[in-house]
Amino acid sequence: MPTATYNNTDIPVDDEGFFTDPARWTEPMAEQIAKETGIDTLTDRHWVVIRFMREQYAAKGTGPTVRVLGKTSGVSVKELYQLFPKGPAKTAAKIAGIPKPRGCI
Amino acid sequence: MSGRHLPHDSGGVGKHIVILGGGTSGTMTANRLCRTYDQRECRITVVDQNDDHLYHPGLLFVPFGLAQPDHLVRPRPRQLNAAVDYKQARIERVDLDARIVHLAGGIRLTYDVLVVATGATLLPQETEGLTGTGWGDKVFTFYDLPGAVGLHDALERFEGGRLVVDVADLPLKCPVAPLEFAFLADWYFRRRGIRDRVELTYATPLDGAFTKPVAAKALGGLLKDKGIELVTEFTLGEVDGERGRLVSYDEREVPFDLAVVVPLHGGAEYVERSEGLGDELGFVPVDPHTLQLPGRPEVFAIGDAAGLPASKAGSVAHFEGEVLVRNIVRHLAGQPLDAFFDGHANCFVETGFHKALLIDFNYDTEPLPGHFPGPVGLPLMKESHAAHLGKLAFEWLYWHSLLPGRELPGIGTAMPERGKHHVSA
Repeated sequence: MPTATYNNTDIPVDDEGFFTDPARWTEPMAEQIAKETGIDTLTDRHWVVIRFMREQYAAKGTGPTVRVLGKTSGVSVKELYQLFPKGPAKTAAKIAGIPKPRGCI
Repeated sequence: MSGRHLPHDSGGVGKHIVILGGGTSGTMTANRLCRTYDQRECRITVVDQNDDHLYHPGLLFVPFGLAQPDHLVRPRPRQLNAAVDYKQARIERVDLDARIVHLAGGIRLTYDVLVVATGATLLPQETEGLTGTGWGDKVFTFYDLPGAVGLHDALERFEGGRLVVDVADLPLKCPVAPLEFAFLADWYFRRRGIRDRVELTYATPLDGAFTKPVAAKALGGLLKDKGIELVTEFTLGEVDGERGRLVSYDEREVPFDLAVVVPLHGGAEYVERSEGLGDELGFVPVDPHTLQLPGRPEVFAIGDAAGLPASKAGSVAHFEGEVLVRNIVRHLAGQPLDAFFDGHANCFVETGFHKALLIDFNYDTEPLPGHFPGPVGLPLMKESHAAHLGKLAFEWLYWHSLLPGRELPGIGTAMPERGKHHVSA
């Protein structure tokens, strides 16, 4: 299994770089992962989404889809795309250190 | 499966099972329950807001003139066992604490077991511009009967240009149907001799033609062979009918002269009005293996209405059916649930030119090549005339075998492993 190094710690990740064990994630790692996905600075609005992703994962065992994020996170789908232009559900899941959200079909 | 003659302590005596929805899932659940319980033992009620049972898989063929709209609809009550009490009424809401379903006109139904089988609802109004300029003229869906009929006329008028098939977002009913539409459109325009004047595009929110890697590769290969452009990770943000373009949330544009859009899906409206019943999208978040609602042991959901990581497809409902009925019986008898659904789905993918391709998968196993249901059987993940005939034969099986709740010969609930080859994408 591939590993990535964040905050001087080796972390097991999947082929696309998603954490396989969310318990290994710490907040300082988020900035570095964000940079790798092309986001230079994490704003408070990014953090609303990142924390929401982790809560949802803890409650449901999978990260939410963009549509569910738009309905429940308090951040609209339009803004989600402004914050995470390359796809909010996947990018935010990666930065939040949770596995890739499951496709539902 | 339990036989018809249950012992007297079956737990069903004097009980009332209410099934909301008289579509594929509700009808087959009611009919299976009727064969399990004696009529004097247990009352079974089915509620639906209208009397028209639509054969959904037929909608795909209507735009191409391959199915007659009036042949796809039959009366709901006629598909139900005579012992079922059928009510046509609008469902207002469910009170889970009081175990009461409120229907329009002040009618109240108390239940001992509730089965939610009201499917998925199309929400075209939730996408900006989708029902605006061009809707019903150059923007259509084939996911309902009026849309499929309107699209038939539009295709007949179409003499060339850009045709785009777009899936707005997940989840959607019959996730392979939009791909089938693109394949059939290629066939249709070739037959009319104008394929060289038509640009076909398939736009999807997924990162490939399909979710699971091996199938995504095979189906993506078919799109390429047929000259259909694939646009991936395209989540529909806006339909601009005036200028003829689809705009994604990340501001990419796909121009069109004719757009075929699969709108957003949600659960039935009353689910949202019923506290504690649905998730954010109005689907019922039941346990993926027992189909029982956590914290509400008397509530179950089946088919498209269930919020599961499984396909919203008739085959899934069929495979869930056996598990559901066994678990209802055990629940009423006060026994622990012991039937488990594995997410089994099975789809004939029509690919045009009298061919189809069969895929078979579950929660854990992606669609694989090989043969179904065993080493001697229909080829999997490979186009064949036999699979096309299978798809056509399915319509008869639907009305005469699936809805009555009979087992399909040789096809069990659990996904078969025999005959499959494990490969990587």
